[in-house]
Parts: sequence; structure tokens; C-alpha cells
Amino acid sequence: MFFREAGQYADSYAKDRQLLPLRQDKLGMMVVLAIGFIATPIWASDYLLSAIVIPWLILALVSLGQNILMGYAGQLSLGSAGFMAVGAFACYNLILRVPGIPFIGAVILSGLIAAGIGILFGLPSLRIRGLYLAVATLASQFFIVWCLDKFGWFKNYDTSGIINSQAIVIFGQTMGTPVQKYLVVLVIVGVMTLMAANMAQGSIGRGWMAVRDMDVAAETMGLSLLRTKLMAFAISSFYCGVGGALFLFAYLQTVEPATFNIELSFRILFMVIIGGLGTILGPFLGSAFILLLPIFLNIMFHAIFGRAVDATITSAIETVIFGVLIIVFLIFEPLGLARLWQVTKERLRLWPFKY
Amino acid sequence: MNFFFEVLVGGLLSGLMYSLVALGFVLIYKASAVFNFAQGAMVFFAVLSFVGFMELGLNFWLALPVTIALMVCVGIVTERLVLRPLVGQSEDTLLMATIGLAFVFEGVAQLAWGVNVRGLDLGIADQPMEWIADNADILVSQLDLVAGLVAGIMVIVLSLIFSKTKVGRGLRAVADDNAAALSIGIPLKQILIVVWATAGVVALVAGMMWGARSGVQFALVGVALKAMPVLIIGGFTSVPGVIVGGLIVGVAEKMAEVFVGPFVGGGIEGWLPYVLAVFFLLVRPEGLFGEKIIRRV
Repeated sequence: MFFREAGQYADSYAKDRQLLPLRQDKLGMMVVLAIGFIATPIWASDYLLSAIVIPWLILALVSLGQNILMGYAGQLSLGSAGFMAVGAFACYNLILRVPGIPFIGAVILSGLIAAGIGILFGLPSLRIRGLYLAVATLASQFFIVWCLDKFGWFKNYDTSGIINSQAIVIFGQTMGTPVQKYLVVLVIVGVMTLMAANMAQGSIGRGWMAVRDMDVAAETMGLSLLRTKLMAFAISSFYCGVGGALFLFAYLQTVEPATFNIELSFRILFMVIIGGLGTILGPFLGSAFILLLPIFLNIMFHAIFGRAVDATITSAIETVIFGVLIIVFLIFEPLGLARLWQVTKERLRLWPFKY
Repeated sequence: MNFFFEVLVGGLLSGLMYSLVALGFVLIYKASAVFNFAQGAMVFFAVLSFVGFMELGLNFWLALPVTIALMVCVGIVTERLVLRPLVGQSEDTLLMATIGLAFVFEGVAQLAWGVNVRGLDLGIADQPMEWIADNADILVSQLDLVAGLVAGIMVIVLSLIFSKTKVGRGLRAVADDNAAALSIGIPLKQILIVVWATAGVVALVAGMMWGARSGVQFALVGVALKAMPVLIIGGFTSVPGVIVGGLIVGVAEKMAEVFVGPFVGGGIEGWLPYVLAVFFLLVRPEGLFGEKIIRRV
């Protein structure tokens, strides 16, 4: 009813393998981009931008990294916040210690540093999987945060143990206002999402999925497990590292190592599971969901009780809801919100004639 | 030299406390091949409920059976609502489901009983035992000693149940292959309920020991997380392995904290067990006592 793809034929392999093969999808993407680049900067308030939209985009980027590792390559990791910490502190130190380094360059470099450390902690994945690997990644989480906390050099010997981000300067222009920061984040997240979508569709992504589905079988078919798994770890950590750098520079401005604790890792894990394992859209939906749920709960409690409820109670309710949702999604819809969106689209296509 | 032995014994005994927590993991893994990430949260949930019941006015010996009954119910509900719908799913899916379960337990416990730190008095003091101090000249905490004893007894009992009884053999069969066990008439549902209920009781015992030592508080969940390196070092499928793993972790972290810690500013305890586990994994992925992992296409 709402859209038809009849009459749109792919007459070459390249056309068939496009990211958005349908005219309607292309149109939809243009609308999304127009909203992102034109409507939001014009109409969104500073509060909305800096408290919701910017963290949403950044966390979506990090979840995308987590999803590459977990959803595509099937390697369970509980250490994404640790790699975010690496990215944040690397970016801070690069700008502090390397004179004249451009901001984007520093962000990319800190992503690469996170990728290097990701490869290091990804090495055990060659021999272990499942919970074993989860514990190995816990090691990275605790060790990285401890290192950053104990060695003053990383924090420029700040006595209070926190770091304050420098200004974002791109081509001599200081990006200070929420709108400018939003645009910086949007461009970086947009480009990296495009890259992820391409990788997921190309031979790298197919390799990851083969390893996810059955690593021994993938190996017998000639896939190098070493390369595929470590690549997944490196790219995932790169995304987490860039996300961490943006988290510091565009969102919080002030962090301590403990900001990147295991709780954050779990939240990112939840974003991926609820959003949809092995999808590009999923992390965006999942992180929006997890960011908005507490706000929604607060509003609801206000409406029901007429006053603010004790924060410990709301956070406990939040915890329960997250846990229940994880279980419900795993039982009923392992592919998460992204799959629900797809199903809705199918329904709309057929509506109102179901058969 | 005495100080060295003190640290050593302290490490050994606190390691046994980790073993107590890890025991619940092994129990469930051996019986259903599920990595129960929620075991730590169950420890927290169990002991918080126990203390909560005591605050409601029940005395110790009344609160204990009530909490045990509660944990059995929790086990049954968990099996019914979470595990049964997921029977036959991949290990990773089950693991993620138990991570969700852990959050449910943590949240429900805090909703029901609040977030205050509470003390738990078992009548066993966390003080050096006098006659050991007099005779051997080293200080050993009474609580640690009791915890060690409890852990030892539980391990022995559980090993006997697993190897000697009909139920134990049924458990092992179920873990090996759900479908095959069902086809020869092993009652899968009952077995899973028994296991989850037992794991709940083990969690309560572990929680009582930890609660008596460091108070009943949310930090217990983090302590319970350390049971995982213990498992990895000992092997997921071995009850005695849990004890050895616990001892190794306990000694290593105490030694490192006391003798290396001062040079790097402390806090090594937080990550050393995990890094140790990674090294063990690289050398022996199945753990010291675990069954060899064979994967077929």
C-alpha cells in the first residue's frame, strides 16, 4: 500500500549489491540526512542536542563497534567501555602533547591506538569463545581502567584524577556551541556508519558471519581465523575508541577513568541486544531506546505520583526493565528492534491485502 | 617470614570464599551447560533477602528456611520463564539471557529491600583465632576458617552427589545432550528445577559468608564477578577444580596486593584474577580440571 518495489530491476551485480537498492529506501535515506543535517541544527534546542542527540549518536557509534564484534563476528565482549577509555585518553594526550595536531587526525589516531590494544586483548579469542572470551575481555576492561587511573601521566598529573577536554578546533575554527559539536559528531558517525555498512556487506563482513556461524567450518573453507577475528577486534575497538574520544570532547568534556566502568560496557551490550544483533540499524535504535527509557520512566512517575520518585527506585526499576527486555527479546525476537522495524515495513508493503 | 605465611593463609582462605560463589556456576553448568552469569546477582539477592527477613523480625533460624524457600521459588520461576523457552539455543544466547537475568535479580533485590548497606552477624567474628596465633604465631581470621570449612564440606557433598547418586548421573546426562537424555526418560524439567534451586541455596550460603565479612551491599555483585576467573582457571566442569582455582586466585591477588601493590599504587586485586585467567586460557583453555573441549563441524 505505502510503497511498491515492482519494476525496479537490478541489471548488474553492482546494482544488485547496493546498500540501498530500492528507490524508496534512497528517498528515505535522503529524508533522514535532511533531518540530520538541516532540520535538527535549525530547530533543535541546545539542551536537546547536548543532552540527548549527541550522546545518542556517540553511543550508537560505540554500539555499532560492539555489534561488529558481537553481532557480526560472534565474539562476545564485555570490554567496550575500556576501549572507549583508551580512545578518550589517547585523544586528550595527543592534543595535549603533539603540537599542531588537527582534531580529526587526533580522533583517528586515538581510534587506531584503541584498535592496537583491541588486537592485543583479542588474541585470546583465537583459542576461546563464549563465556571464556567474555572473561578475557573483562580483563581488558578492569586492567585498562586501572592503568589509566594509576599512572598519572595519562591524566597529565591532575591531582583530582579527572581530565578536561580541550576545545575542538577544525581548520582554525573552534567548535564550541552544541550545534557545531553536533555537526562534527554527525559527520564522523555518518561516515563510520557508511563504512560499517559497506564492510558488513562485503567480503570482510561475510567472513565475520562465517566465523560467527561456525568457526571451525569457516576455517576448513579456507578463511583465516587469525585475520578475521583480529580484524573484527581491531575494527570494533577502533569504533569504540573514536566513540570514546567523541564522548569526552563532544559530550562530557570532563571524565575520569571510572566513567568508563563495567556498567557502561553492559549498557552498550544491552543497546546491541535490544537494537538487534548483526544489523547496522540496530545500534541506533537500541541506544535511542536505552537513553530514552529513563527519561520516559521519570515522566511517567511524575504523571502517576505527581512528584519525583527517589532516584534509587527509578534506577532499580530501570535495571529490572533492561533485564526483562533482554530476556524477552532473546526469547521472542533475537534480532531486536531492527527486525521489528523490518517486519513493520513488510506489513506496510502488503497492507491492507495481507496475501 | 611469619608475615608471608599470614598473607599466604589469608589468600588461601579468601580464595575459598570465591570458590563458594563459583560452586553455584559449576553446578548449573554441569547440569545444563548454561553459563549462569546471574549467579553473582543471585548471591546478592539471596543474602539481601535473608537480611531483609531478619529486619522484618524473623529470627535467624526462621529467616533461613524462609530464604531457602524463596530461592527455590526463584529457581523454579527462572527455569520456567527464562530457560525453558530457550532450550536448544546456542550457548552465547543463553549467556546473554543470564546477563539479563542478573540485572533483573539486582533490580528486584534493590526494589524490595532498598539500597542501604547492612551488616550481617553470624556469630562468627572476623578476628584472628587465638590458639592458632599462640601456637603457630600467625594470624588467621575465624570467619575465613569457617568459610573455608563450609566450602570444603559443600564441595565434598556435591562431588558425591554428582558421581554416586542417580540424580547426579541424570544431571550429567542432561548436560551432555538435552535431547538424548530426554529420549531415555530422564525428567529434564525436574532436573533443571532441582539444579536451579540448589544453585540458589549455594548462593545463599556464599552470600552469608561474604555478607558477614564485608556487609551486605551491592559491591557483592562485583566480588561475585571474580568467581569467573576462578572457574576458568579451575575448569567449568569440575567441582574440585573450583577449589583449586579459588585458592590460586586468592593467593595470587593477596600476594600481589601486599608485595607488589605498594610499588604501583595498589588496586591490583581488581584486575589480576582476570589477567591470570587469560594466561591460563592461553595455555590450557579447558582449565586445570576441565574436560577437553572438542568441537566438530
